[in-house]
Order: sequence, then structure tokens, then C-alpha cells
Amino acid sequence: MSLILIAEQVLNGLQFGIMLFLMAAGLTLIFGVMGLINLAHGSLYMVGAFCAAAVAAATGSFALGLVAALAGAAAAGALIELVVIRRLYDRDHLDQVLATFALILIFSEGTRWVFGSFPLYLDVPQALAGPVSLPFGIQYPLYRLALIVIGLVVAAGLFWLIARTRIGVQIRAGENDREMIAALGVDIDRLYTFVFALGAALAGLAGALVGAIQSVQVGMGEPVLILAFVTIVIGGIGSIKGALVGALLVGLTETLGSVFLPELFKLFMAPAAATQTGASLSSMAIYILMAMVLIWRPTGLFGARA
Amino acid sequence: MNFKTLALGGAVCAALATAAAADVKVGMITTLSGGGAGLGIDVRDGFMLALEQSGRDDIEVVIEDDQRKPDVAVQLADKLVQSEKVDVLTGIIWSNLAMAVVPSVTAQGKFYLSPNAGPSQLAGRGCHQNYFNVAWQNDAYHEAAGAYAAADGSKKAFVLAPNYPAGQDAITGFKRGFGGEIAAEVYTKLGQTDYAAEIAQIKASDADVLYYFLPGGMGISFMKQYSGSGAEVPVIGPAFSFDQGILGAIGDAALGVKNTAHWSKDLDVPGNAEFVASFSEKYDRLPSIYAAQGFDTALLLISASAAADVTDADAFRAALKAADFQSVRGAFEFADNHHPIQTIYMREVVKEGDVVTNRLVGPAAENYADPYGVDCKM
Repeated sequence: MSLILIAEQVLNGLQFGIMLFLMAAGLTLIFGVMGLINLAHGSLYMVGAFCAAAVAAATGSFALGLVAALAGAAAAGALIELVVIRRLYDRDHLDQVLATFALILIFSEGTRWVFGSFPLYLDVPQALAGPVSLPFGIQYPLYRLALIVIGLVVAAGLFWLIARTRIGVQIRAGENDREMIAALGVDIDRLYTFVFALGAALAGLAGALVGAIQSVQVGMGEPVLILAFVTIVIGGIGSIKGALVGALLVGLTETLGSVFLPELFKLFMAPAAATQTGASLSSMAIYILMAMVLIWRPTGLFGARA
Repeated sequence: MNFKTLALGGAVCAALATAAAADVKVGMITTLSGGGAGLGIDVRDGFMLALEQSGRDDIEVVIEDDQRKPDVAVQLADKLVQSEKVDVLTGIIWSNLAMAVVPSVTAQGKFYLSPNAGPSQLAGRGCHQNYFNVAWQNDAYHEAAGAYAAADGSKKAFVLAPNYPAGQDAITGFKRGFGGEIAAEVYTKLGQTDYAAEIAQIKASDADVLYYFLPGGMGISFMKQYSGSGAEVPVIGPAFSFDQGILGAIGDAALGVKNTAHWSKDLDVPGNAEFVASFSEKYDRLPSIYAAQGFDTALLLISASAAADVTDADAFRAALKAADFQSVRGAFEFADNHHPIQTIYMREVVKEGDVVTNRLVGPAAENYADPYGVDCKM
């Protein structure tokens, strides 16, 4: 177990966590501001990846693909907010779960209808391909390093938007008292559509960025969605800061757990049994983490409301 | 040729050749929607192509979508058996669905022809006289790959599979065939999409071959990440991760990877070139192993129903067991547990023009029969 391997795994955990943040930020914003549980958030991630793959294949440009992913996911988000989600704000969470679950099925089959059943090709741009040498002899994929940087830039932009702009003030106010800010003359309908489209665009961006190193296929959003929900529960629902801290915690726990738990068990168990036990325990690790956080702080690390 | 002439021609042929045979009703339960739909669609298309070419219009097929969900598959099987009154069932892709459906279907006296899933339970103690597997037993590709790697001079292998029954079977199968030293044996989560952590472990290991079983999207993710990581351990896998349906999505990252399969589009046996040409022409894509399996399953059914009446179960079973058809994989016969004895080949991913596809390298395990048959008493 060399230090290089450990450092590389920490970078992997960071990269995974930051991508998770892009998913969780939209989810937590939508839940925090509008009180809406959106199971279809993973579908918007998929929409982003498919838009990017289709446009990148047609134009040969990864950057144009990213733009298409942002635009496509934001448009899909705005559209479903106007057509479906709008009717759900005053209903209880079970109705929201049911309706947004239906949206997952509609998006999945719709995507399959348009793009076919076979996964699409989307590769990392030539400029970012291959490994790069970091200090201390670490060889790390350049594209993953770029993901960390892009994710951090987006996170900084989001904090700026929420903390320093007029629309951010309205969003924060909407989290606390939606009747009051409506009474103060803010067009609450338009604000909700904007927040939903913003969350969708973040998910779409994550889908496109991650799609280049994973598979672009129908149903790709669902596994990430579960982790995104765990993230916002750990971070505290409605808090962007919580989403960032939660995502990094989940990313690091998941990555380091899957590597080092089996190694740990090998110290006192037969190798085959150790890998089995370690793999099983590492699958549980983030849920154990979530349970511990909830025992310590029932509203999550940065959660305000009970 | 339009459909009417085809049907008419078929009717005439059928009337001449099989005047005695009654109509056969087939129920196909396969995955046509959601993430794993590509596999089911290929099985269906291969199956229907063979039926169409045979011109048999006395074989009726009812196709249902299981959505990759065991509970849906069970409901569909009940519906097909009880209200549609089918004689033969086929189509299931996934082992967990097969385990949920097959035992009850065969217990009700229906025939089941598996075009894909081959869980060890159904090959060994749980075998049944009415269950025939036209594809392979789950271990076959992995065991053949292990044998090939050992024969190829590899001494130390790094093995990787998801932590679920088929993944554990895959590693068991590979180790059985390989017999050499295992550098590390890593189990990932089922459905995992990020393999950065595992790739770092592979780079840090001193293995001289990497074997992995990651079906579907998992394999696409892994291969794309592996090729950009600077890792240099050569890769061997089963065809599930390198088949035609997903090679397009992996792209150049898969070039040079060896993978085991019982069929390849350039396999030089009678009927295979015609199958590849007609499939490509009709569906505008190259056939995958799943398409070939669907095609063979239909050929088996056609041959059996030409020789015996499906209502005479004993005669029909004997006709199935005889496997009197020209498989697109070449030599094929059923072992006593109704699983294939066949050659597993090694293929290599190459680029032909713009298309990433597989090229035959040579046999990896000749006349392979699975090791579970000894437990099968029927």
C-alpha cells in the first residue's frame, strides 16, 4: 500500500464527490425552495448526456456538446416544471413521488424511442485524453483533473449566485416563506421555473461530463440519483453548502471504502473472504455514514428545518 | 419479396413439408424497454428473422416485455401459459429472471428454450427435461477465457466482477480455467459506473493479465476509463462486455481487447455468412451474439416442430434433444443436462473501416461442456 496509491484514491474520491455535488445541488435547491421531491432528476442527467453525445457526434466538438447538454437539460427542466411539476407543489410528497416516477418512465422510453436501445458514443476530448504526471510520481487522468476544476468553478458560481445576487436573495427568501415573498411582489411562478431549470442544467452538465467516461445509455441516471439523495440527507435538505460537504464525504467514503476496507480485512482474514466481506461492507459504508450523521444531527450537517 | 408472397410461399412449403405438424404457439418474454433493452431486442430480431426465412406460418409468436423485472416476468409467464395457452416459452435474458420463471413453467409441462441465461442451478441439480439452453451455461465464457490466458503464457491475473451471483460465478469459472496465481480478486457494486479506484489498484498490482466481467453499461464505463488511465495490463473479457451492441459506445478504447464467445460474425461455418448478411440488411446493423442466439433458438424450434407434433411431449422433447439444425456457431449438440456442447472461441476487437467490431482469433475451449451436468438427474 503505497502513498501514491492513497493519494490517487483521494483524488478519485474528490472527483466523484464533486460530480455528485452537481447532481445534489439541483436536487436540494428544488426540495429546499419548492418543497418538491423530484425523482426525475436522474432523467435530466440522462437528457444532458444524450444531448452532449448527439451534438458531439454531429459537430465533432465536445464543447458544443456541453453547451447542448446545459441547454437541453434546462429546457427539459423548464418544460416539465410548466407542464407537470407546477400542479404538484400543494400536493403531498407521495403524489410528487408518484408523478415524478412516471416522468422517469416517460423520459426513459422517450429517449429510447429517439436514440434507440443501444448506448451512445461520447468520448473525452482529444486535448484532455490520457494521463498527466503530478508531483510525487502520481499518474492521473487529465480529464478527471479537469472535472475537479470545472466542478469547483461551478460550485463557486453557484455560491455567488445564491449569496450575492438579487435572484439568490429571492431563492433564499422563498425557502423560508413563500407566501411572504409572493406578497412582496416577486413573481413566484417564474422564480420556481428558473430554479427548476437551473437544477436541471446542473444535472445535465454532470451527465455530459460524466458521460464521456461512462456509458451514455437509458437509465444511467438512476444509480446516481440514489447517491444524490443520500448526499442531501447527509448535508441537510435545502443547503447548498451541505450538498457540497455531503457530496465530498460520500465521494471519499465510497471510493476509499471500496479500496481500503478489503485491504483492512486481509490483515486478519483469508484473501477471498476478505474481498467479499470488504466489498459488502463498503457497499454499506455510505448508508452507515448517513445513519451516523442522522443520529448526531437529525436534520443533516447543515440542515435548518426539522 | 413482399410479405404476402413470403407468407404464401411459406404456407405452401409448410403444407408440403409438415402436413402432419400442428400449429405451435410460442411465448417470448424478453427485455424490450429500459436499460438492458438492446439484448432483448437482438434476441427477438434474430428469432423472428429465422422464422421469417423458414416461411413457417404455423408457428405463432406472442412477444412480451419483462422490463428486466422478475415480478413482471412471472406475471407474463402466468398470462402466456394460462390465457394464451402457449406450448413453448423462450426469450429471457437475465439469470435472476430465468430463475423466477423457468422452474414453474417447466413444472406445468411447457417447454422452455433459453436463448441467453444459463444459471448453474438450472444446469445442475435443478435441471428439467423440458428446459433446453441454446446459448451457453453461465460459466462457459469465463472458464474458456481462463484456459486461454493460461495457454497464452499469463502467470498472474487480476480479476474483477460485480458482487452478485453471476459475478461470483464468473470469477469461479475464470479461476477454474486459469489455474494460475491470482494477484487480486476485486468485487465491485452491481451497477457501479466509476472505476477509478479499481483502476488505480490494477496499476499498482503486478498482474500480467486483467480479466473482468462487467456486463452492459458497467463494462462501457470501465473500458473507457481504463484506456485513459495509463494502465498497461492486457485485458481479456467475456463477449458480454465487448459485443456489437456496445462496442460502438466504447469506441477505439476497446481495440485490441480479447474476448470469448461461442459465435463470431466471421466464423466460417455453413449458414453464418448468410445470417450476418440477411440480419444486417433487414435491421441495418451488425448482429450481436444475442442476435445469433435468438436465430439459433428459432432454428432449433423449427427443426423440432418439423419432426414432431408439439402436443406429443415425448416426441417433441426427443426432437429438441436431437438438435437437428445448422447452428450459425457450427458444431452444436446438447449434453445430457440439455446445455450445449460447443467450442468457445477467442475474438479480438478490431476496426473494420469505421466500424469497431470483433475478429475471430481461434478456439479457446473446444467441445466445452459445463461441469454442472454431473449433478443433473433427469
